[in-house]
Amino acid sequence: MATLSTASSTASSTGGTPSRHVDPTRRAQAVAAWVLALPFVLLFLAFTAGPVLASLGMSFTDFRRADIRSPLSVEFLGLGNYTELVADPVFRKVTLNTLLYLLLGVPLTMAAALAAAVGINRLNRFKGLFRVGFYLPVVTSIVAVSVVWKFLYRHHGGLFNTVLGWVGIGEVNWLDDTTLALPSLVVMAVWRNFGTLMVIFLAGLQTIPREVAEAAEVDGAGGWASFRHITLPMLRPTLLFGAVITGIGYLQFFEEAFVMTRGGPLDSTRSITYFTYDQFRFGNFGYAAAASYLLFLAIVLLTYVQFRWLGERDERPKKPSKKRRAKEATTA
Amino acid sequence: MTNVLPAPTDLEPAGTRRPREREHSVRTPPWLYAVLTLGLFLVVVPFLWMLVSSFKPESEVRALPPTWWPETVTLSNYETLLNRLDFPTYLFNSVVVALAVTAGNLVFCSMLGYALAKLDFPGKRALFGIVLGTLMIPGVVTFVPLFVMVTKMHLSNTLLGMILPFLAGPFGVFLMRQFITSLPDELIQAARIDGAGELRIFFSVILPLCGPALATLGILTFLTSWNNFLWPLVIAQTEDKYTLPVALALYSVGQNATQFGLLLAGAVIVVLPVLAIFLVLQRHIMQGIAMTGIK
Repeated sequence: MATLSTASSTASSTGGTPSRHVDPTRRAQAVAAWVLALPFVLLFLAFTAGPVLASLGMSFTDFRRADIRSPLSVEFLGLGNYTELVADPVFRKVTLNTLLYLLLGVPLTMAAALAAAVGINRLNRFKGLFRVGFYLPVVTSIVAVSVVWKFLYRHHGGLFNTVLGWVGIGEVNWLDDTTLALPSLVVMAVWRNFGTLMVIFLAGLQTIPREVAEAAEVDGAGGWASFRHITLPMLRPTLLFGAVITGIGYLQFFEEAFVMTRGGPLDSTRSITYFTYDQFRFGNFGYAAAASYLLFLAIVLLTYVQFRWLGERDERPKKPSKKRRAKEATTA
Repeated sequence: MTNVLPAPTDLEPAGTRRPREREHSVRTPPWLYAVLTLGLFLVVVPFLWMLVSSFKPESEVRALPPTWWPETVTLSNYETLLNRLDFPTYLFNSVVVALAVTAGNLVFCSMLGYALAKLDFPGKRALFGIVLGTLMIPGVVTFVPLFVMVTKMHLSNTLLGMILPFLAGPFGVFLMRQFITSLPDELIQAARIDGAGELRIFFSVILPLCGPALATLGILTFLTSWNNFLWPLVIAQTEDKYTLPVALALYSVGQNATQFGLLLAGAVIVVLPVLAIFLVLQRHIMQGIAMTGIK
């Protein structure tokens, strides 16, 4: 294998053009690899790469629904859609809503997931039961759970208001109040999503060597101190990764608002994805594409900033070992 | 079947960890069980409330104060969904789309996953980079041009149009590559010495060993497709092409918006099969998440 690998690296460095020196099994491997990759690559080009570029192109034009039949009437607008978006009060509002959703949702979800993970990790028995139970909402359809939560949040006779009534709190208008509606959606999102992070954090907790916690205990660190100074720092890469994937998800929220509030009241729960969908429905494809690209940009930016702020480059938990392994495999 | 998916973070051999762990297992404080049980109750309550309420007649669903247990147990909500509304069709559409998407991902993702894990070829690094990058692309960025394209292909308002864009996802490639990387290279070398062709090695040596990873990928893909919303919503223009989530969402904001009993029964139909699949096969799902860190 060792000699084969070095042969391959020279083969690939010459761009894969067949030369006299290429090992025949090496070439057979390359051919087989591309045959195996072909279906994915074709589907990727047609349904991902193509649309991503087309979306960018569209965002510089006034492409409308009618232009599907007559693409020649499309006009180039340059950055016109983008300048219009920045000035559009509805787009400003939905951007603010989306950011608020992100800023409320990510910390709450992380806190719930971390609390559940740390708790479960200390159990001697029933670990599996709690892990599976807390994970249940994650596998369910957001549309379906939104229907259920809309029912729970009802003004008169909803479960939440009934229970609050027992402790003397009057009926709260959860979903019809411009300030409460968005946080109400966030609460449901936390309930729906914290299970994913819990499982990831549990895996992270298991990599903390027992000796470290033990040493802290010997040194007299209590539960909180050892959590604060050992668990949290050692879990940092996992926490970072969790924040990124949760943030990416929350920036795209749409279904819960579609079902529970229709984006209202007064656009207070309309998100960027919702705005894009609306513009698509109105037939403003170019404008919709521009809005979606701004969201895409935000997602890329968020990922970048989080990796920059919270840790070094190679701190993503699972990746380094893989890359290392891949590197070992090629250099072996 | 146990420990089939390697946890990359688990560097110690299992044998050396076990005894030490038992030795130092700290006693769990009883209050922790109490707190977690309360948490579990809060997580499960919405599902219980959904299930119980779906068996109440509409008048009782909106009763003030709400009844905890149905005073009259009725199946009328389900009967309406299945007979008067077209839920059997939506169910059929959801199943067909989810099965087709799952089949496509199992085949295409394991093929590329193997190539990326075990074969050397020009462009490998770039291809893997593309797979990882694609994980970050949100569906909202692609759906507008995709709609134009699918319309031009005369596939709008068809199940095929719903299926095609999801036939091979980056997540599956990533998961299969992770799994196949852990299989020993000697298997492949031995097969090569025996004169097996490269494709033959994949189909008769590697693929039969991928059962656990394929199971994980299959379940996760099925669940994701079953719950998928934005693209089916965009593509389905007539009721006979709705999937379950699309139908439920449109009913819940349309003329049935106030019939909570009916909508909750619809939610049960969407949620219950998925919960059942999950509870039976949860081990595979948990392994998949722990391994890739992504749902």
